[in-house]
Amino acid sequence: MAIVTDASKCTGCMLCARACPYEGIVVEDKVPSLTETCTYCGACVSACKFEALRQERPPKEDTDTSAYRGLWVVAEHDDNRLAHVTRELLGEAQRLTADLAEPVTLVLIGHGVEDLIAPAAAAGADRVLLVQHEVLKDYRTGPYTDVLCGLVEARKPEIVLFGATAQGRDFAPRCASRLVAGLTADCTQLGIDVDRRLLVQTRPAFGGNIMATILTEHSRPQMATVRPKVMRPIPPREGVTPEIDEVVVHLDERAVATKILEVARQERHHVNLADAEIIVSGGRGLKKPENFDMIFDLADALGAAVGASRATVDAGWIPAYHQVGQTGTTVQPKIYVACGISGAIQHLAGMQTSEVIIAINDDADAPIFKVATYGIVGDLFEVIPALTEAIRRQQ
Amino acid sequence: MNIIVLMKQVPDTTEVRIDPVTNTLVREGVPSIINPFDENAIEAGIELVEQHGGKCTALTMGPPQAEEALRRALAMGVDEAILVCGREFAGADTWATSYTLAQAVKKIGEYDLLICGKQTFEGDTAQVGPGVAEQLGIPQATYAIEVAIDGRKMQVKRVLEDRYETLEIRLPALISVVKQINEPRHPRLKNVMAAKKKPITVWGVADLDVKPNLIGLAGSPTGVVRIFAPERTHKGEILEGETPVVVDKLVEKLRQLEVV
Repeated sequence: MAIVTDASKCTGCMLCARACPYEGIVVEDKVPSLTETCTYCGACVSACKFEALRQERPPKEDTDTSAYRGLWVVAEHDDNRLAHVTRELLGEAQRLTADLAEPVTLVLIGHGVEDLIAPAAAAGADRVLLVQHEVLKDYRTGPYTDVLCGLVEARKPEIVLFGATAQGRDFAPRCASRLVAGLTADCTQLGIDVDRRLLVQTRPAFGGNIMATILTEHSRPQMATVRPKVMRPIPPREGVTPEIDEVVVHLDERAVATKILEVARQERHHVNLADAEIIVSGGRGLKKPENFDMIFDLADALGAAVGASRATVDAGWIPAYHQVGQTGTTVQPKIYVACGISGAIQHLAGMQTSEVIIAINDDADAPIFKVATYGIVGDLFEVIPALTEAIRRQQ
Repeated sequence: MNIIVLMKQVPDTTEVRIDPVTNTLVREGVPSIINPFDENAIEAGIELVEQHGGKCTALTMGPPQAEEALRRALAMGVDEAILVCGREFAGADTWATSYTLAQAVKKIGEYDLLICGKQTFEGDTAQVGPGVAEQLGIPQATYAIEVAIDGRKMQVKRVLEDRYETLEIRLPALISVVKQINEPRHPRLKNVMAAKKKPITVWGVADLDVKPNLIGLAGSPTGVVRIFAPERTHKGEILEGETPVVVDKLVEKLRQLEVV
């Protein structure tokens, strides 16, 4: 059907069968064939070195892709401040749009958000699509989806980018589902195929063990959520006056199915793993729950958030919201300090893309040292207090 | 209270590795499990039925062996299990999956609440839950850590990056749950044995009201064009010496990184 096999080119090397995550392909006597469990993911096609496998996609002929032009970034804001991820997306959009020759449009939905226009322009917005209404004061899935989908249907952008934040991951799939648009989650790399005007989207899968490049070839817009802290903002642009396009919407609070009853902000310090520039994490090497105090002290000295391994959370040493790893929070800080963490694969999957990894562990063979930028093989009960004190002396 | 739990069987990805020589996924010996966050969804569904009465149904789309995952859900305590299965559904991206599951939910008929895990273990997209809710035209609350049902409304506490948000949401609705919402029960041996004998409903393409161009690969706007191992430009350095020496070396590195 969609993966076409060419037995004349098959050498029987079995790379395809080994590459398949679903036992979806078998090779017998140099004849590859797909099994019941094939998902058409294309892993075998990527693995085959002999062009014996090819992936074919049925065209979606009903979309006139040339009717869609322009690159949109959907703004996220809080407390009348533009989210950092929005600046990152505007920066990336400016880089991408060099190949598309279209202005970068920021979609700014909210209430009383005019003050965000100037910083958005400095961060890369050439145009601002402004939608304001009382009902839109705080992000809520329903009315925001209605507004954005309406804008997309009317103005037809070819690319729409969201931050892969809790909000973006709530918002984007809702819109993509309604618009019958392709949506790629949590991209860490974007590019443009200039000839076909395609957004080339690359994202980690299987907990970061593999990378996948994904295209939305035949439908528009091409939508993606982009992982925070990966793209870089551009240096602030001065004296840019964006074109402002204010759209009037009619919304009725009574038609909204959700009401925000309460917002309880957590102390950002120590727990906000997703946004932290520095994270200090503790593992079973701490031996006792009270030794997490050492980790908190070091984190205080560095202005860092506190992370924890799954083992310490499962043992009840520290609340689960500190957990870094595949079943906890996936993090990508500038600096990750792993203290007494051996480096189980599920932990590494959640932190190995950090820019700098510092590992302190008494076991020189611990897997954490395989990903560490700087390693200290030693007694953490000596090293950590000494390090905390040395850092405090510097400040 | 009719609850439908959307779940998925996934490879236990903590054991997935890339072969350094062939640059391909090492597939051998990787067991299949219920997506861990979906176990929390199942637990949440069972608990709500225990409190409010009604029925909890587990729904999944997948290959025939996904039946194993449904048997475990039955052993945990769901009342019914439905598998959407067929070649025509294969190759579905999150859009086509959402559409297909939504059509299956419509066939089930009456429901008050859909529950799913916050994301799957292998894809990590978190897109199918909101996608299904949109196809059904019902509201959603993602990242739920606490839920309380009050008549035709529900209060949901959501855990976001830096805050908790409590929403009131009209039913029927969809929620996605985080790990901290509960501790999934381990099924007793007796229930595991009993679950082996329970019927599992299997729906193929002919059983659902689906358009052929909206399911499987044909219905998927996105397509994977390449899979590769992440580049690891690892050049680690072990700092050596007695504690005061290594601490000084590390502080110097931190100074170069402009954090002290």
